Order: sequence, then C-alpha cells, then structure tokens
Amino acid sequence: MIQGVQIDLISAERLDKMTMMEKIRLILDDVMEGNIVVLEKGLAPEEQSKLIELTMREITPDGFAGIEMETYPAKEKPGFLDRLLGKTAQARLTVIGPADQMKTIKKEKDFITAWVSSR
Amino acid sequence: MDFLFRARKKISKFLKAFFSKRQSRIGIYGPPNAGKTTLANRIVRDWTGDALGPVSEVPHETRRARRKEGIVITGNNGGSITIDIVDTPGVTTKIDYKEFLEYGLEKDEAVKRAREATEGVAEAMHWLREDINGVIYMLDSTLDPFLQVNIMMVGIIESRSLPVIIVANKIDLPDAAPQRIKSAFPQHPVISISGLEGSNVEELYEKMVEYFG
Ligand SMILES: Nc1nc2c(ncn2[C@@H]2O[C@H](COP(=O)(O)OP(=O)(O)O)[C@@H](O)[C@H]2O)c(=O)[nH]1
Ligand SMILES: [Mg+2]
Repeated sequence: MIQGVQIDLISAERLDKMTMMEKIRLILDDVMEGNIVVLEKGLAPEEQSKLIELTMREITPDGFAGIEMETYPAKEKPGFLDRLLGKTAQARLTVIGPADQMKTIKKEKDFITAWVSSR
Repeated sequence: MDFLFRARKKISKFLKAFFSKRQSRIGIYGPPNAGKTTLANRIVRDWTGDALGPVSEVPHETRRARRKEGIVITGNNGGSITIDIVDTPGVTTKIDYKEFLEYGLEKDEAVKRAREATEGVAEAMHWLREDINGVIYMLDSTLDPFLQVNIMMVGIIESRSLPVIIVANKIDLPDAAPQRIKSAFPQHPVISISGLEGSNVEELYEKMVEYFG
C-alpha cells in the first residue's frame, strides 16, 4: 500500500464544470502539498501547456521541484492508423504527482494500474 | 482596369512577402540534450555565418529562448524561405537544482541555473501558444521516443495546428534507432540527421523550405 501519500480523485463531472485556470490551480495546489491527483478525464493540450508553464513558475530550491504526469489512454495505446490520422486517444485517467515523490509512485505503479483497470 | 489589376497584384505580393516574413518563426523544441542548440547553431552558421549559443552536455545549458532573425534558406529548386529561428530550453515538467551539483557546480550557481531554466521553459511554453508558426521537434534517436513529455508536446503542437518536422538526431551514434521515431510519429515528416557531424542536414533544409514556406 502507499503510505503517507494522499491520492485525490477528481471526477470528470467536476472537471467539466471548471475553467482551465480553476483546474490548473486545483491540481498545482494539491500536488504542491505533496498529494497525488488523479483526474478522471485527461487535460486538453492547451491545459497541459499552461500547466507546464505554471509548474515552472512554482518551482523553488529545496521546495517544490515540479510534477510528473502519467496518462492512461482509453483502451490501449493508439494504433498506427490512429496516430497517422492524428488521433491521440482521449485519455481516461491522468495521474499527476510531485516529481520528488514519483519514485514512490513508480514503485506503486502496479497498484495504480490495477486500480485504473478495475474501474 | 488592367492597371488596377496589376497594381493590386503587386500590392498583394508585397503584403504576402511582408507577412510571410513575420509569420515564419520556427521554434526548435524537444527534451533537454536532444541537440537543439547544436542544430540551431548549424542552421545559423550555414546560412548566415554567425553562431547562436553555447552547446553543453550539462542539461539546460540553454536557459532562455534565443532567437536569430531573418535567416534565408534556399532549396534545390530555387525556392526559399525567410525564417526567425528560436532555440528553446528543453521542455520538462520538473527541475531540481541538485541535478546540476552532479556536474560539479557550486550550490549558488546550480540554484541560479535551475531558476533560469524554469523561467526559460515557462517562456518557451508561452511562446508556443503565442508566437511560433512552425516547429522542429528534436529527438535523440538513441532514446525511447515514447516519453510522456514528447507525446504531450507533440499533442500541444498539433492542437495549435502548427506544421512540425520531427528530427531524429544523433544518427552518427551506433545505437541510434531513427525508425523507432518514425513509427512513433507517422503523421509528421521525420528527418534523420547528425546535427553534430552535419550528415543529412540538406534533406532537413529541403523539407523546411517545402513545409514552412
Ligand atoms: N553524437 C552526437 N552528439 C550530438 C549531436 N547533436 C548534439 N550532440 C551532443 O549532445 C549534447 C547536447 O547538445 P545540445 O545542442 O546542447 O542539446 P540541447 O540541450 O537540445 O540544446 C552535446 O554534448 C552535443 O555535442 C549529434 O548529432 N550526434
Ligand atoms: Mg540547448
């Protein structure tokens, strides 16, 4: 089990009601507290771009060191044809955590994957 | 009538030249150490004779986006493009100054470098949304192209409908596998080069004229 790490799940329904900046602020504030955020729905490219930019602005020496992000696609990886057509499968789940804690997450990756696939 | 028509044609040609000059701002993006600055320097040197910025094996040597304006690249068929080339810091989602300590930097210097790097990445992301008209996305072909950050960046670039040429760099190295990059991004042209040795850069220049023109 993951010890001392809080995982916050944000539902697709809640995400749909939020503006881009509300989502990013929620994610960053949560991750900066050391928590792992699981979004039930992937972020749009525009939101990902802004998230990277704002993450960079929050980094401090010996403090917040940035994020790591892992997305779990709807089914499998998009096939060759999907990619040829420029389709990047709508991500179902996005896991975002503090970069300095990702070792814990990597270790528990099987757990997260199992949890993701059982939903 | 005829005169008016010709005058209008001339004006539109003038406007087109004027705007296309402003429009072709090409950003070189990609993860740290892919060889972006090496290529940017080569492009600038090949077409203007100057240099752009220092190259280093220490990640984040390029902390601020560097720009060289008005580079004219001419293709084999005589067509040419005028571009501003923007060398950006490697995009990443995390930066820890402690990594720089491993390269023998003092703490003060490492902290300063990390701060500059974060500003540079933020700036590069901002530019991508506001100021860039075409992208060269560079990858080290000895490494796995399927990293989250690459998939994400290419997704962001696609969502802005920017033309993108993917460069599979470092093909001079024995374990280079540019084919892996081609199968990862079949929707975009992929050009294999060695930015360091200069092999196959002509093909890249041809593609740039064709694609960014
Ligand atoms: N073998 C090889 N090394 C390269 C090539 N291009 C760049 N490098 C090296 O990779 C390191 C990073 O290069 P740099 O241009 O600073 O990468 P950047 O961080 O993407 O700007 C340096 O040590 C370069 O000499 C290449 O085509 N082949
Ligand atoms: Mg560089």
